[in-house]
Amino acid sequence: MSAELQSVALSWQDQLPVLQIIIPFFAGPLIVLLGSRRLAWPMAFAASVAALVIAMMLLSRVIDGGFISYHMGGWAPPIGIEYRIDAANALVLVLIAAIAVVVLPFAKVSIAAEVPRRHHALFYAMFMLCFTGLMGVVITGDAFNVFVFLEISSLSTYVLVAKGASKDKRALTAAYDYLIMGTIGATFFVIGLGFLYMATGTLNMADLADRIALLGPNRTVQAGFAFIVIGMALKAAMFPLHHWLPNAYNYAPSAVTAFLAATATKAAVYVMLRFMFSVFQPEFVADSGVAAYIIGPLAVLAMFVASFIAVFQNNFKRMLAYSSIAQIGYMLLGISFFNHNGLTATMVHLFNHGITKAALFMAVGALVLRTGTTFYDRIAGMGRVMPFTGAAVVVAGLSLIGVPGTAGFISKWVLVQAAFDNGLWWMALAIMASSLLAVIYVWRVVEALYLKAPNPEAVHKEAPLMMIVPIWIMAGSTVWFGFDTSLTLGAAEMAATALLNGSSGLAEIATSAMQ
Amino acid sequence: MTLDYILGHMNYWFFVILMMIGLYIVISYGNLVKKIVGLNIFQAAVFMLYISMGKITGGTAPIFPTDLQGKIQIDPNIVYTNPVPHVLILTAIVVGIATTSLGLALIVRIREQYDSIEEQEILDIDAATAHAENLAHGQAMGGRA
Amino acid sequence: METNTLIALAILLPILAMVGNMAFKNLPNIRDSFTLFCAGLTFASVLGILSNVGNGTSETIALFDVFPGLPIAFSVEPLGLLFAIVASGLWIVTHIYAIGYMRGNNESHHARFFASFSLAISAALGIAFSANMLTLFLFYEMLTVSTFPLVAHKGTPEAVRGAKIYLGILIGTSIALLLTGVIWTYTLAGTLDFTQGGILQGKVSGTLVPVLLALYAFGIGKAALMPFHKWLPAAMVAPTPVSALLHAVAVVKAGVFTMLKVGIYIFGIDFLAETGASEWLMWLAAFTIIMASVIAMQQDNLKKRLAYSTISQLSYITLGMALATSMGALGGGMHIAMHAMGKITLFMCAGSIYVATHKTEISQMQGLGRVMPITFGAFLIGALSIIGLPPLGGSWSKWLLMVGAADAGQQIMIAVLMLSSLLNVAYLLPIVGRGFFLKDTQNNAVSGIKESPLLVWLPPAVTAFGCLVVFFYAGQILAFLMPITGAAQ
Repeated sequence: MSAELQSVALSWQDQLPVLQIIIPFFAGPLIVLLGSRRLAWPMAFAASVAALVIAMMLLSRVIDGGFISYHMGGWAPPIGIEYRIDAANALVLVLIAAIAVVVLPFAKVSIAAEVPRRHHALFYAMFMLCFTGLMGVVITGDAFNVFVFLEISSLSTYVLVAKGASKDKRALTAAYDYLIMGTIGATFFVIGLGFLYMATGTLNMADLADRIALLGPNRTVQAGFAFIVIGMALKAAMFPLHHWLPNAYNYAPSAVTAFLAATATKAAVYVMLRFMFSVFQPEFVADSGVAAYIIGPLAVLAMFVASFIAVFQNNFKRMLAYSSIAQIGYMLLGISFFNHNGLTATMVHLFNHGITKAALFMAVGALVLRTGTTFYDRIAGMGRVMPFTGAAVVVAGLSLIGVPGTAGFISKWVLVQAAFDNGLWWMALAIMASSLLAVIYVWRVVEALYLKAPNPEAVHKEAPLMMIVPIWIMAGSTVWFGFDTSLTLGAAEMAATALLNGSSGLAEIATSAMQ
Repeated sequence: MTLDYILGHMNYWFFVILMMIGLYIVISYGNLVKKIVGLNIFQAAVFMLYISMGKITGGTAPIFPTDLQGKIQIDPNIVYTNPVPHVLILTAIVVGIATTSLGLALIVRIREQYDSIEEQEILDIDAATAHAENLAHGQAMGGRA
Repeated sequence: METNTLIALAILLPILAMVGNMAFKNLPNIRDSFTLFCAGLTFASVLGILSNVGNGTSETIALFDVFPGLPIAFSVEPLGLLFAIVASGLWIVTHIYAIGYMRGNNESHHARFFASFSLAISAALGIAFSANMLTLFLFYEMLTVSTFPLVAHKGTPEAVRGAKIYLGILIGTSIALLLTGVIWTYTLAGTLDFTQGGILQGKVSGTLVPVLLALYAFGIGKAALMPFHKWLPAAMVAPTPVSALLHAVAVVKAGVFTMLKVGIYIFGIDFLAETGASEWLMWLAAFTIIMASVIAMQQDNLKKRLAYSTISQLSYITLGMALATSMGALGGGMHIAMHAMGKITLFMCAGSIYVATHKTEISQMQGLGRVMPITFGAFLIGALSIIGLPPLGGSWSKWLLMVGAADAGQQIMIAVLMLSSLLNVAYLLPIVGRGFFLKDTQNNAVSGIKESPLLVWLPPAVTAFGCLVVFFYAGQILAFLMPITGAAQ
């Protein structure tokens, strides 16, 4: 009844949340149906540009603290599926869409070089599905819908990773391992949801939050919580569950790695945040001790162990993969601090690390185009022959370290502040000490690129403009967001406030903001 | 722990046992196809968990009878089984089948490339490749990575 | 002109010089004169700021907030202005010298060299005019990164190794320790603005102050406090103009300047004196002064010896801050200028010897003074200024530091300063003596060694003369610096 009233009152702008998903979602099958290699890329690109525009419009509507609730098919929640957009997920939506828009032009050249021609149309279809899945995971307000979108993105990711097989057959085993691990993670997540449904009888996140709060201490809910956290930790490559990541990132086509590194694990971290703070209340998580006693120590381990492994790599791409695991450690550490600055750091690092890694992995793609591999001895001296690519690696590398004037500095600053807020000054020193490892692994790349004689077997030419421009959009934005933090830090702080208030708090903020 | 307790939670025991069997197969078996089978058993256990929890004792299929005019006849005395878990699991089954088929497709490609579907043999081939790479491009992780 | 415009000009003109260097890559004469032109304008802008502001403090210009309430901001105060005058003034001299040196030595990659050089100057001026610790830290890191290509300039394995140590220590200490300290300060005080009397008073309990100070003291790796001093000798692989301006003036002075800023405007001299938090730092500085001098004596490589001498002299300034008296801080501030004058002379002389003879080891320099009288004469004056003999500039700052030590009741520190002077004599004067008085065993005069080219010997002669001049203007400099202790306001 109310659904009917609403559908009458809806204007096209109110349909934005669903357009956000269905545009890329339909682009995928359409590309397959048309089967044209020439049309595939323009369609994918157009769909992702549209998605970016929509995501930005959504962000502009919620950045001041409100939220949008969209009822799928006019069915009111908690029965129907709800899309719920607030500052936290609007920022992630913009990140994912922006990365897709920037990576696609790069992919056109890179994929042409790395994937057989007859697979191109299917590749872009899979890319669109993966993109849809990630956007869906972030936008939805329905717990089971999260699982469905998660699997859409995961299944297409396995395919995308396996596409690297024409260069290195290990892409296949990497994809297979990822499939096994990813499916176990997703199934754990579903088990967790099952327990929650058992205890509460609902799957809408906001509704779940209310009912869990009413239930009080409950063994079923606790078990569900454990399953959900572990499942998502697997997807997010939290330290001891990261085993799938290095191979998957290393052997996937460069464009895929650039996209995945910037988005896939980020979406998983986001879901983890959403569940820990919006579905289960912050007090519930605090009582469980998960943040302080499990996520925190594992995050610190990730920061050191993964960085340490990264230092000793002889392959640029693999090094970046391990660095990603370490950087996810920073995000999880932010969660484990469990205070406002900590969550802000997590959210802002989600974004900043996304753009940094996108720039770096795209630069890897440019190097692969010219040298064929990413081993340090093969990319030696290429910084001098490819000045723009080399400079982008330096800039993004500095951001990875967290040198002031780059985006990485901002996240590190807030994270250390969060450590001091909790009185953990030794933790602050540990964060900084682990950045020293980043100094070393970034240094090894810079050393290879600039201080060695150029590899004679490589093509001594700068990468094409279609690659340079996306790389520099990302590298440039790492500098831009190192100074202008009003968007990133502003949205992250808004998100942190909302998250710490829990889900019911979210609605209250929204209503008080409207008054 | 009474017999009632054990029998009353029968579905959960099955769920746990089946799930553990599935996980065990995934982890311990070296054959890639068997791993996929294990994954299927693991997922099937979860499907059972969902479906059995929707069951209400004495409940019937949640189909509302209609009269000749098509009006729904609701009888408050009839207990219906909760249909939502079934719907959810329908989706999950689709996902499971997609995963299985993708996994099998990958195995076909792996077999073409490696000429094996035994994990240990594949690992050995990969280790040999990595070793050759390390010799060519300088050691990583003291030659262990 | 407006002070704001002048500050912007002072920081942006070197960047313009950098762009010009890259644009006129293959036109050496236009490139070098353009840079010289920019250097002149930069110096003029700094002087313009001096005439506008005097020894007062200018309005803070905040550009935009990076963190809530924490903008990128600039302002002028006496200490920063002094540092800016020294850096931009000596840039002109060094640039002329560098042209002569690079051409005389047939070094490669001139454009890259001068471009990085200009960027480093921009960073140094940014440090000088920073209004808060965040801005300072930004330019501090920019200075580290921009000087890296200069240290690695030669591209030899040795240069690369030196550059690696250089970057490793400077980036490592600044990120691991300094940044931690800065963020901690921000969480404690809620601000990072440089404020007269400090911002930490009453914000932090007594026991934590030494820990926080340690984060700063070791984090400011550019101040070369032991045990984080190794980068300075390692950086000596760079061409001599780099060692002269950057590793005697801009980079190391940026370090001790930051140290003074932190001591005066973050902690506050009175707060340090009250809590006694800097006492350990005073002892460490004293240790560095003596140890570095002792190590300097054992170095046969002239530039390495000068580098250790610099380490020792930098700790004078750290000591001045750690004494936590206003005289000590003033002496430290003044030593920035005085030591810069003296040490740049010594380095330029070392480069002059290298251009003329390609000799780097002191043991090979017998009798060179007779064929290169101007170079060795300038070296003598510079050395005497470092030792602190009147009528040369170095004597005043050393005097002020001793007064500061007496004020603090630290008689041992007076003894340390005097012992250090003796050690200076022991490692600097033998070089001159060897040059002028020892018989040359290798018959240098016969093998046709002449004084180096005009562009190479003139600049050290000018700065040597400068050492003499600043002696007579010490009073003005002291009066100029007075407000930093809050005395004149």
